[in-house]
Amino acid sequence: MTIEAPDAFSGGKTPNFEETARESLADSQLRRNLGKATQTIRRKRAVAVEEMPDWEQLREAGRALKSRTLRHLDEYLLRLEESVTRAGGQVHWARDGEEANRIIAGIAKSHDAGEVVKVKSIATDETKLNEHLEREGIEAVETDLAELIIQLAGETSSHILVPAIHKNRSEIRELFMRKLGVEDLSDDPPDLANAARLYLREKFLKAKVGISGANFAVADTGTVCVVESEGNGRMCTTLPPVLVTLMGIEKIIPTWRDYEVFMQLLPRSSTAERMNPYTTFWTGVSEGDGPQEFHLVLLDNGRTEVLADEIGRQTLNCIRCSACLNVCPVYERTGGHAYNSVYPGPIGAILTPQLVGIGKPGSDSLPYASSLCGACYEVCPVKINIPEVLIHLRGKVVRHKQDEGGLKGRLDPENVAMQAMAKTFSNPRLYEGAQRAARIGQWPLARSGAIHRLPGRLAGWTDARDLKPIPEQTFREWWRSRNGSGEDT
Amino acid sequence: MRVALFVTCFNDTLFPETGRATVELLERLGIGVDFPLEQTCCGQMHFNTGYQREAIPLVRRFVEVFEDYDAVVAPSGSCVGMVRELYPMAADLANDKHLAARVEELTPRVFELSEFLVKKLGVTDVGAYYPHRVTYHPTCHSLRMLKVGDAPVKLLRAVRGIDFVELPEARECCGFGGTFAVKNADTSIAMLGDKLRHVLDTEAEICTAGDNSCLMHMGGGLKRQRAGVRTVHLAEILATTEEKITP
Repeated sequence: MTIEAPDAFSGGKTPNFEETARESLADSQLRRNLGKATQTIRRKRAVAVEEMPDWEQLREAGRALKSRTLRHLDEYLLRLEESVTRAGGQVHWARDGEEANRIIAGIAKSHDAGEVVKVKSIATDETKLNEHLEREGIEAVETDLAELIIQLAGETSSHILVPAIHKNRSEIRELFMRKLGVEDLSDDPPDLANAARLYLREKFLKAKVGISGANFAVADTGTVCVVESEGNGRMCTTLPPVLVTLMGIEKIIPTWRDYEVFMQLLPRSSTAERMNPYTTFWTGVSEGDGPQEFHLVLLDNGRTEVLADEIGRQTLNCIRCSACLNVCPVYERTGGHAYNSVYPGPIGAILTPQLVGIGKPGSDSLPYASSLCGACYEVCPVKINIPEVLIHLRGKVVRHKQDEGGLKGRLDPENVAMQAMAKTFSNPRLYEGAQRAARIGQWPLARSGAIHRLPGRLAGWTDARDLKPIPEQTFREWWRSRNGSGEDT
Repeated sequence: MRVALFVTCFNDTLFPETGRATVELLERLGIGVDFPLEQTCCGQMHFNTGYQREAIPLVRRFVEVFEDYDAVVAPSGSCVGMVRELYPMAADLANDKHLAARVEELTPRVFELSEFLVKKLGVTDVGAYYPHRVTYHPTCHSLRMLKVGDAPVKLLRAVRGIDFVELPEARECCGFGGTFAVKNADTSIAMLGDKLRHVLDTEAEICTAGDNSCLMHMGGGLKRQRAGVRTVHLAEILATTEEKITP
């Protein structure tokens, strides 16, 4: 039932954002579904945040806690390992996705599990765990309603929090009737949820192994936390005798007290709720209650590289609330699949290229998938300055092309044009010469007061927009003539 | 107060009328303006597209040209945003502590036109007359980077004869985004389509803003659609009086 999704984390070449965006922009059903969903949640979030008098202080506290934790990540990780082990859990360290998948498959096999139940986890999407398990003969059953929908549809997630946001309820109704063999189903959300519930209940009761991600883990106590809405997470983390949690190393928080900040920031930012319906905490294992075996797999997979970048490291503050996706005018129109990554939207545009490394054409296009409007930074509950990181990464992409791209990189038409313009702007005489040259050079293009067609890549402008021709007199020419001399002031 | 106009390379070349309006407006308010001819470009396009090493000489030039003035005014939110918010990053990249110090010293004195008028001079009624139905698009950089707030709207509401109408979903980006408009032309146009729909809903004949870059994008779309709505920079509206009517 799983599919091989060619995305930034599956290795190999992925398409550019521009190419995939063009396709999704033409999908009117997607535009309608996504536009409606993001606008609704955006309005609700604004209400949930406005009622908090100390929201800005909370954001600042969230940012400060995360950046302090990241500064001392080595210490906190060792402390977490010690606490989890003390509470009867086992800690595994995974350098990359492959190592994490091997560890998890090994645990499932040691319990002869042919099927595992999963809580929604983007970390496992990042490592392509489901595909790996399938190759090992283990079926991974997604139990989050939206994850189940896309798993049944053979698709991939298009949103961090609402993976099936691109689908509407009549599409889901048809899918369930086809795949779950349900007859006589309405498109009422409670009916749809019930159909999924009947199918999943059996899976929960049979499963020997549950797999989850983690929203947070407390270094002091070893307590892991999953925040969710449907209760499937509670089932997965309590019913099977064995529980495996895959967690990115940046999800750690130092103490229990820190939940006070994050439990206020996360639900309001993600689902616009004051409090989410299900928050599950567990500390190691407890005899006679819940899983009797607990494994915590700590995943690096490029995160230490992100940490080494002074501007880029704030990306690791992310608590995966998805507020940035919901306010992003680019995401709202292109949808998540255009990003070719398990992390779509503004946060994905900065996280993906950093995790997989600069120098890959597909993910190198992601920092450019933004008009730099700054709406994401405004809502981010941990104050990640996404526009700043986007600009920083664009610089890294260009420098990589120039320094390691050889002759091809230097002869790239954009690079050549930018070099020429930089030279022109660095000297007022050259700049004024270029102004005059452009005025003369535009005559074949300008027709009755407008330019309707530009050549080459610039045609992207004139495909839908006219261009104003360069006027007869520049400002500086006017200034000179007004001040009665051709001399500089 | 020694005030310099930073007209921006974009306005200098493509929208000289905005520069002229800024000078006339400030002079009418009793502010003498100097225009140092050594100025060229702030480096925003290079920096934001990733050509950051190439932008560093332009950052140095800007600092050298303008650091002796008491205030620098520009009719562009995005260029001022570049100077105030991103010059420190450029100086860090240049690994030049001296430049960083000069940037830190200069940038608080660089203003976007509407914030210079309302926040620095404390003026909202500039004595303008403009008998047209006008809507205002707050450009992202003036809104979220510079936080000019309602300064432009205050200025517009004080204009005599104006029929000012609020733009629905005004805070949403128009889709320009510098080289984004060409690199991701399809997405840019999809964003533009929604913005123009809201502009047309206002039934205004003019859409104004504090940035000619966004206005060129919106105006180019309106013109292509033969929508019968034109774009005019805020400075030109504020410069217009009963004695001197600019089209």
